[in-house]
Amino acid sequence: MNKKLSQRIAFMIFRILGLMVVGILFWILGFIVYNGIGVISWEFIFSAPTNGMTSGGIFPAIVGTLCLVVGSMIFAFPLGIMSAIYTNEYAGNSWVVRFIRIMTNNLASIPSIVFGLFGMALFVNTLGFGDSILAGSLTLGLLVLPLVIRTTEEALKAVPNSYRTGSLALGATKLQTIRKVVLPAAFPNITTGLILSIGRVSGETAPILFTAAAYFLPKLPSGIFDQVMALPYHLYVIVTSGTDIEASRPMAYGTALVLIFIVLLMNILAMFIRRFFNKKLKTN
Amino acid sequence: MKRIKRILERTIESILTVSGAVTSIAILLIVIFLFKEGLGLFKSPSVEKGYSLYVNSKNTVNDLDVEDIKHIYDSEVENWKELGGRDQEIKIFRFEEIFNIYSDEELGKDYSLLPEKLGEVIIQNPNIIAYLPQQYAPTDIQGVKALPSKDISIGDFFGGREWMPTATPSPLFGVLPLILGTLIVSIIAILIALPLGLGVAIYLSELAGERTRKLMKPTIELLAGIPSVVYGFFGLVVLVPIVQKVFGLSVGETAFTGSLILAIMALPTIITVAEDALRNTPRDMREASLALGATQWQTIYKVVIPYSASGISAAVVLGIGRAMGETMAVLMVTGNAAVMPHSLFEPVRTIPATIAAELGEAPAGGAHYQSLFLLGCILFVITMIVSITAEVISKKQLNKGV
Amino acid sequence: MIEAKDINFYYGDFHALKDINIKMDINTVTAFIGPSGCGKSTFLRLFNRMNDLIDKTRITGECIVQGENIYDKSIQVDQLRKKVGMVFQKPNPFPKSIFENVAYGLRVNDMGDKKIIAERVEESLIAAALWDEVKDKLKKSAFELSGGQQQRLCIARALAVSPSILLMDEPASSLDPISTSKIEELIHNLKKDYTIVIVTHNMQQAARISDMTGFFMMGELVEFSETKKMFLNPEKKETQNYITGRFG
Repeated sequence: MNKKLSQRIAFMIFRILGLMVVGILFWILGFIVYNGIGVISWEFIFSAPTNGMTSGGIFPAIVGTLCLVVGSMIFAFPLGIMSAIYTNEYAGNSWVVRFIRIMTNNLASIPSIVFGLFGMALFVNTLGFGDSILAGSLTLGLLVLPLVIRTTEEALKAVPNSYRTGSLALGATKLQTIRKVVLPAAFPNITTGLILSIGRVSGETAPILFTAAAYFLPKLPSGIFDQVMALPYHLYVIVTSGTDIEASRPMAYGTALVLIFIVLLMNILAMFIRRFFNKKLKTN
Repeated sequence: MKRIKRILERTIESILTVSGAVTSIAILLIVIFLFKEGLGLFKSPSVEKGYSLYVNSKNTVNDLDVEDIKHIYDSEVENWKELGGRDQEIKIFRFEEIFNIYSDEELGKDYSLLPEKLGEVIIQNPNIIAYLPQQYAPTDIQGVKALPSKDISIGDFFGGREWMPTATPSPLFGVLPLILGTLIVSIIAILIALPLGLGVAIYLSELAGERTRKLMKPTIELLAGIPSVVYGFFGLVVLVPIVQKVFGLSVGETAFTGSLILAIMALPTIITVAEDALRNTPRDMREASLALGATQWQTIYKVVIPYSASGISAAVVLGIGRAMGETMAVLMVTGNAAVMPHSLFEPVRTIPATIAAELGEAPAGGAHYQSLFLLGCILFVITMIVSITAEVISKKQLNKGV
Repeated sequence: MIEAKDINFYYGDFHALKDINIKMDINTVTAFIGPSGCGKSTFLRLFNRMNDLIDKTRITGECIVQGENIYDKSIQVDQLRKKVGMVFQKPNPFPKSIFENVAYGLRVNDMGDKKIIAERVEESLIAAALWDEVKDKLKKSAFELSGGQQQRLCIARALAVSPSILLMDEPASSLDPISTSKIEELIHNLKKDYTIVIVTHNMQQAARISDMTGFFMMGELVEFSETKKMFLNPEKKETQNYITGRFG
């Protein structure tokens, strides 16, 4: 058996597999972009669906997703940052931190549909918010909490310890040090957590199925107790249970394209911010 | 002023402490609410709330379990003999039929005579079985016997082979087909994704140059960022017709289609975790192998892969966990038939898809609603086990070596 | 015989080895000493082309092993590495059994059937003076051995593929004194069958075990001569400073 030959064959297979995976990504993206690009227009973005969602636009869904994103960030962002500050700056490396970290990991691994169930039980039924922006935002906020905590923790860890000791040596209290030195230095990286969370929240369907999303609403929401349409859910319904699935196919491509655009834009943005500011932190 | 400042500082610090515990509290709340709603199912009667089954008191059958009731109403069992009773044909009596027999006047004002009349019908027909609202039930009438109402049992739930939550008079909450469906779809998905993902991980960690790596890793991360509903859409529009055509099926929405889309979705997880594990193989281990005249490929499969085996298995476990919890994409491409799966090329229904598809129609607090929460509990427990297993496995990787 | 002619070696822009010329005879032990970062390990790793694994490295000059320039295009690197065994600074057994560790090189090079492999494993373990300690637990994991035993296992592993040259990169640096003396004794015994090149930061060790010694500094081979002469009467001032600085 020629070991050179088997190496050549094996490596060729791996190269092909690598190409395949990249190929799959471009297949999916290409498919959506190719079919969806023709649908995108001002009218599509800025008007409501008409004719049983077979024509018109997706404006209410965009607004709804925006509401959910803002709502969930208002909830998850401060809480996640505070939690990360606590574990990273205060709690040392005790069993408490290990426990919290395990819990954060576990929360991150819970399927999104379970968040939906929980949101329905607690926010919609027990607290009586009904299907609403509020209930949906809280559910989504909980879902992205681990993401916010993890990115914030990473951002805090990237701040050199000399910053902290330098500030403390000047007589600043711990909290002052965190507020005036650590947080400003970590801020750009913390924002990547925010951006990634926005991407994640805009694409989630299962958690809002029973907490916020509406099949079709003729008008925009007027308060936090209103139901909303949302982009991912809108895509789901016009693909599977619209009034005329064939006729609404172009709408589906357009919606998918807008959705992917938002989500990938957020991911790429976060990637660039991280790369740019990490270089800066290092050179300091 | 200084004191106020110090108090303020203390307050902020305690707020920070509390928020440190927020994920633990969240998990606790999830457990409480999920299990509170879910376990209520076992206190629900096996026939619909407020209804009971009545037979003639001469009937020797005293007890029917859920499956028997379903078989009677599906006309699969037509003789009392088959249920241990006398040899007579079963006559099913529905509540509405009473209005064909008696006029409104005969039933009295506000239907006050309804129970009595129902009683008469039952007495006249020794082979009857009647499914009646307890409000009008012919209780305390000689010759009428109510079948004892039982709660849904744990055995019915976990051992049942049929999931028909809206069947009347007694809905069936057999979770086996759903569990099997979930397992099959996710395991096949991993079987597809593992060789592919491992191959790419090997390519990235061992073969690719620095520039290729820097380009490909973010690309794969983007693959993880695409929302699952978009994968579902892609699966429905592209993969479903392909599967249908290639395998010559009547419908393309099958377990296999679900596995395909899940495999694509699990790839980023598997690639990232496996690549980390491979790169963690100590450099001196590789050098030792190469120094003995092994080729790079021999070194990879004889040293690097065995060394990172636990990291790779963690990747597999995490991948399975992701796949089992995935909802939207699976819901859109598997066809959602809640039956025991016999083949890969038939529609199946997974646990998350069941919750997503049915919760909207299940009235809050009812048995159906509770059963969906119980499915959520199962899913929750599974993901906890998966996440802890993965953690234990990757710890083992760290402790290995000298 | 091993020979290096006008060797220059670069890590990126860093000029790590400068105009090295050296000849080593068969069945001798040559030791390289010098301050850390002087290039002695880099130089050692040239002889089985281990430096190929590092990105952005460049070499000029010739490295001749048994009459062939090993940097010639026609050379098969894996065949070269079979001929030139290597023992590393830290014991690095594979996460496999003791037996499989020694058999590894035989298997990857397709050297014989089961019976031959078993024989070779035994011979190699005997040669590495480990056989008596492990003969009853060949199936056990190599990680169960002590550090010194692991290092002798790594030597046995290198011997199994019958190399003619053995490169040792500070093979005793992570071991206790007793294990170290065992390794030194082993090196002494292996000399009659193998040509050994060893890098060490321990000058007493170099003085004890080697026939020839080379002193490296800042990427240059400052002095290369018989060990006795080198330690008693070095030619160059730098060598003397280094040796006395260390001994004194």
